[in-house]
Amino acid sequence: MGNMILADKNSKRVATRAAYGNALANLGEKYSFFVLDADLSGSTQTAIFGEKYPERFINCGIAEQNMISIAAGIAAAGTPAFASSFAMFACGRAFEQIRNSVAYPELNVKICASHAGVTVGEDGATHQFCEDIALMRSVPQMTVINPADATEAYAAVEAILNHDGPVYMRLGRFAVPVIFDKENYSFELGKGIVLADGSDVAIFATGIMNAAALEARDLLTAEGIDAAVINIHTIKPIDKEIIVKYAEKTGRIVTAEEHTVIGGLGSAVAEVTSELCPTRMARVGIEDCFGTSGKAAELLDYFNLNAAGIAAKVKALFR
Amino acid sequence: MEREKLLCLDEAAAGIRCLSLDAVYNAESGHPGGSLSIAEILAYLYFEKMNIDPKNPQKPDRDRMVLSKGHACPALYSVLAMRGFFPETEIPTFRHLGSRLQGHPVMYKIPGVDMSTGSLGQGISAACGMAIKAKRCKEDYKVFAIIGDGESQEGQVWEAAMFAAHYKLDNLIVFLDYNHLQIDGDVRSVMNPTPLDEKFAAFSWYVQVIDGHSIKEIDYAVNNAYKSDKPSVIICNTVKGKGVSFMENNHTWHGKAPKKDDYEKAAAELKAAYEKAREARING
Repeated sequence: MGNMILADKNSKRVATRAAYGNALANLGEKYSFFVLDADLSGSTQTAIFGEKYPERFINCGIAEQNMISIAAGIAAAGTPAFASSFAMFACGRAFEQIRNSVAYPELNVKICASHAGVTVGEDGATHQFCEDIALMRSVPQMTVINPADATEAYAAVEAILNHDGPVYMRLGRFAVPVIFDKENYSFELGKGIVLADGSDVAIFATGIMNAAALEARDLLTAEGIDAAVINIHTIKPIDKEIIVKYAEKTGRIVTAEEHTVIGGLGSAVAEVTSELCPTRMARVGIEDCFGTSGKAAELLDYFNLNAAGIAAKVKALFR
Repeated sequence: MEREKLLCLDEAAAGIRCLSLDAVYNAESGHPGGSLSIAEILAYLYFEKMNIDPKNPQKPDRDRMVLSKGHACPALYSVLAMRGFFPETEIPTFRHLGSRLQGHPVMYKIPGVDMSTGSLGQGISAACGMAIKAKRCKEDYKVFAIIGDGESQEGQVWEAAMFAAHYKLDNLIVFLDYNHLQIDGDVRSVMNPTPLDEKFAAFSWYVQVIDGHSIKEIDYAVNNAYKSDKPSVIICNTVKGKGVSFMENNHTWHGKAPKKDDYEKAAAELKAAYEKAREARING
C-alpha cells in the first residue's frame, strides 16, 4: 500500500458534492437504491445519477419534508434511498421527518446534504447551514459523516450504502483541495485518520477543514510546534480511541470545523476528553453567529476558518 | 359483497371497538375518539381486502397500510391482534413501560405495523414512498393510508397530495377519517380544512365521499379506486367516538381515557353492540 495522502495537495480542487454525484452514478449498477432530490439535482449533483437511472431517480420538487418521508417509505418497502438537497433544507427544514420517520424506525435512508457551511457563499446566512452536525448528532441511531475531500466523499458513499441504518452525510459546494490518493484510500466508518503525526498538539479536523489543518501544521512547524493532524470524517459514532490516544500523547487539542462551535466536532471531542482524559483544548468554528454573503474563500478567511485561524488557536494553548 | 361477509365485518368492527376501549382504559391514556371512528375501515382492510399473512408479517408482496393518524393505534393494534399478528392478551399492555405496544405505532417491533407514525402529516408521504417504489420496481402491492381531517391541516399532506398525483400513484388509496373533530374542537372552527373533496380533486385525485361506518360503501369505494388511474382518496364521513353514546361527537374524548364509571358504561354499550353484531352474523 502506498501513501494515502497526496504529495501535492494543491494540484487539484474538487467539491465533495461532485464526488457524491459520480459515486451514485457509478454504484447504480452494483447496488439497488433510489435517489431523491428536491429541485436541486444540478447543485447536489444527483442529476448525474438521474440521467443514467431515471427509473430510480425521483424529483420531489421543492418539498423537502415530503421528500424525507417518501425516502422513508421507499426504505420501509425494502430499498435504500438517498435524499439530497441543501443541508439547510434537507436536515434543517425536515429535521422532524428525519427524527421520526427515518431514525426512529432505523430505516435505510441516507441524507446526503450539499451546500453545508458558509462556503455556500453568496447566498448568505439563510442558506449557510452551520448547525447540521449538531442537529444530526443529537438524533439516536443516526450516523454522521463529513468527508474531507472528493476522494473520501466518493468512498464514503459506498460505505454508507453498506451500512444498515440511517446516515447523514455533509457535502459542500466549494471546490476544495483533494488530499487523499484515490488508489490508496480506504474509508472505514467510525475511524479517524492520522494525516500527520505530531507530539505537541493534536488538531482534530473534519470536512474541508482538514486541508486548512495541514496548512496550519506547516505554519506551526516553522515556529517549532509539532502538530498532529487527525481527520475525523465520522462524527458519530466518534472515534474515542484516537481522541484519547492523541490527547494523552500531546496534552493539547484544537478542533476545526466549518460549523458552529456548539454541538459539532468540538463538542463531540470535548465530550470524550472531559470524561476520559481532561485536556486543554480550543475550538475553531463559527462562533455562535449567522453567516453572511461573500465568496466562499473570502468567507473562510472572514470567519478565521483557515490555516492562520487554526494556528492562532494552537499558539494560544502554549501561552 | 355478500350479506354474510358484511355481517362478519360488522362484527369485526364491533370487536375492534371493544378492544380499543380496553386498551385505552388499561393504559389510563390514549385516544379513544379517533380509534372508534375507523373501526369499519380497519375491519374491511385487515379481514377482507389486504393481501397479508399474520404468520409472515414482512412478506415482500404484502399490501401496506400506513396509519398516518398514528394516535388511533388502539384500533390498529386491536385489528392486528384479532387477525393473529400477536396475542390479544397483549392489548392491556398498551402504553405500559416495557410493552411493544407503544403510544404510537412502531414498525419492526410490532408485527403488522408497516410504518412508524405519530407525527401528523408524515404517514401519507411514507405511503407515497411505498407506492412509488412498487410502481418503479414493477411490484403490484397496494398501499392504503388513513389520515385524519385535523391532520389535513398539516402542509405536508398537500405536498404528498401533489406528489401522488404527479407520479400517478394509482396504487395508493387514502382514507380520510372525516370525524369533524380535533383536540381543540370542530375542525371547521379550529382551522377550516374544507372543502376537502374539492381540494383533493383540484390536486387531480380520484375523490369519493362515503359513510365510513358502512362496510358496503367502503367496499364499493375501494373497488372503484382499484379501477382508477389516479391516486384515490375516500372521504369517510364518520362519528368520532362511534359506539359510545357519551363519546360520540364530543371532542373532549379525543385524547383521554375513561375513568372506571365511564369505562363500565362505555364497555357495556360496546359489548352490547358486539353481541348484537355477533347474533346478526350467526342468524344471517
